[in-house]
Amino acid sequence: MRFSWTRVAAIAVKELRDYRRNRFVIGTMAFLPLLFIAAPMVQLLTASASVSSSRLDSKVGLSLLYMLLIPAFIPSTLAAYSVVGEREQGTLEPVLITPIRREEFLVGKALAVAGPTLTIAYAIFGIFLAVTALFARTVIASAIFAGSHVLVQLLFIPLLAGWSIWVGIAISARSSDVRVAQQLGVLGSMPPLVIVALMQFRVITASSGLALALAAALLIIDGFGWRAVAAIFDRERLITGARS
Amino acid sequence: MTGQPVPEALGNSSAPERAATNDSPPALVVEKLTKRFGDRVAFDDVSFEVGYGEVFGFLGPNGAGKTTTVRTLGTLIAPTSGSATVAGIPLGEENGGAIRARISIMPESPGLYLRLTVMENLRCFAGLYELDDIPGRIERALRAVNLVDRAGDACRSLSKGLRQRVALARALLNDPAVLFLDEPTSGLDPVATREVHELIASLRARGVTIFLTTHRLEEAERLCDRVAILNTTLRLIGRPDELRTQLFTRSLDVRLRAPLDDPQALFDPVHDVEGWERVPSGYKLAVSDPDSAAPAVARALVDAGADILSIAESRHSLEDVYLELIDEDVEARRR
Repeated sequence: MRFSWTRVAAIAVKELRDYRRNRFVIGTMAFLPLLFIAAPMVQLLTASASVSSSRLDSKVGLSLLYMLLIPAFIPSTLAAYSVVGEREQGTLEPVLITPIRREEFLVGKALAVAGPTLTIAYAIFGIFLAVTALFARTVIASAIFAGSHVLVQLLFIPLLAGWSIWVGIAISARSSDVRVAQQLGVLGSMPPLVIVALMQFRVITASSGLALALAAALLIIDGFGWRAVAAIFDRERLITGARS
Repeated sequence: MTGQPVPEALGNSSAPERAATNDSPPALVVEKLTKRFGDRVAFDDVSFEVGYGEVFGFLGPNGAGKTTTVRTLGTLIAPTSGSATVAGIPLGEENGGAIRARISIMPESPGLYLRLTVMENLRCFAGLYELDDIPGRIERALRAVNLVDRAGDACRSLSKGLRQRVALARALLNDPAVLFLDEPTSGLDPVATREVHELIASLRARGVTIFLTTHRLEEAERLCDRVAILNTTLRLIGRPDELRTQLFTRSLDVRLRAPLDDPQALFDPVHDVEGWERVPSGYKLAVSDPDSAAPAVARALVDAGADILSIAESRHSLEDVYLELIDEDVEARRR
């Protein structure tokens, strides 16, 4: 059977409707971004004009890192719920009984997580930039807007989200407990974030080449993530708990 | 795709009857199908056929392999060995999507998205089946289960019986060639059970092929054209009355005002009576043909001066058949 975007859309739309009425999801999507924007804002707005160059780098690095926590953490908890959550509430079997292919199911789930994640992550980053431009001291605003910081953020937000989504869904497809899956999902979202953090704090010498190599690696992983997750998505194990 | 044409839409009054006919291929053909999970045998060497338009009951105790059989025929689980044709399509991983597009399974648990409305649930599944005329399909499915006025309600606000009806509407969306109902009345109160029975009866009247797994024997007896009894292996298959005849000797129950002085002398000369025993209500006579034996027995009793309260053919229920078989299995395992 051919890949059907109609079935992908059916899953994604259903997920988005479900999120809208799920307090846990609304809470996660509202609370985490507020937390991640409040801390860097306080850091930047309270910094003095005479801050040393190394301290300024550290503050800017930390602030931008907070912005990347949003696309890393928000999708990891939602994606980790996606398969095992349906299994726990007994809705997985009726879906798998339909003609849907596992790839369609997984892409639908991923898109439903990616949509709100990217919207929130970019919106929060936009607010962060606007507040910095309007209220931060000139030296700090210049440091934020100088160089490739903004470009790197714009580039890495969807790439990190993609990583977290596929890792979360992969964990969800192999887990039998929602909480365990969500905890593992958060842990699984960390590796690329650590590399980005090391670059932001200049532990690893950031260069255009390194950033592009990391971005390319994430892009490839994100692009083929659905195939990798589809390979470990075992209909029989998910329905019966036994391997096929 | 091969096999029967996709059935007409539900509720379409011009839809032709889809009764089983001798010249049409069966809706389900199962041959020596076996499923093992490691060392555990879920079901073994199961073979049967189900005709189009037939309501086929699949009975068995808990753990007999009924649900696993349904999941296997629904391509959710791969069989260990054997073969099957579902809605004219050979069972196999490569045909999974095609088979699932032609059938529906209503699992024991409704599995609805409780935060979504009835309409949103059905719209999602209509999309998964890539149906055309989605509003029309949903309306017909809701009408079939008498839920049109609850379409906007969140599923979490519905009673268990209503949720079961939504699940049935969902299963009807794609006008399935074969509808698998897995314990559809499990956990329902008597009123909700009656409603589901009425729905199944109305689907049967429309010619929908139904594969009904249940351990409610009166349900199977009332709704099914044929039944199969599974206890890991297929123990018996046939019409409920055939099964009774296969398993039990035909008999007459005789009730008298007072016990006979010499029943042996009275019953032995009667041609059709093959044996008799005293039971609390009177006498039970083993007979070859109850229709010819009853008048002869009545004459003999009147001649002997007995006061007859009633003479009736013993009616063994499907429950008697079922318990007889399951008891045989228990005995066999004990030995």
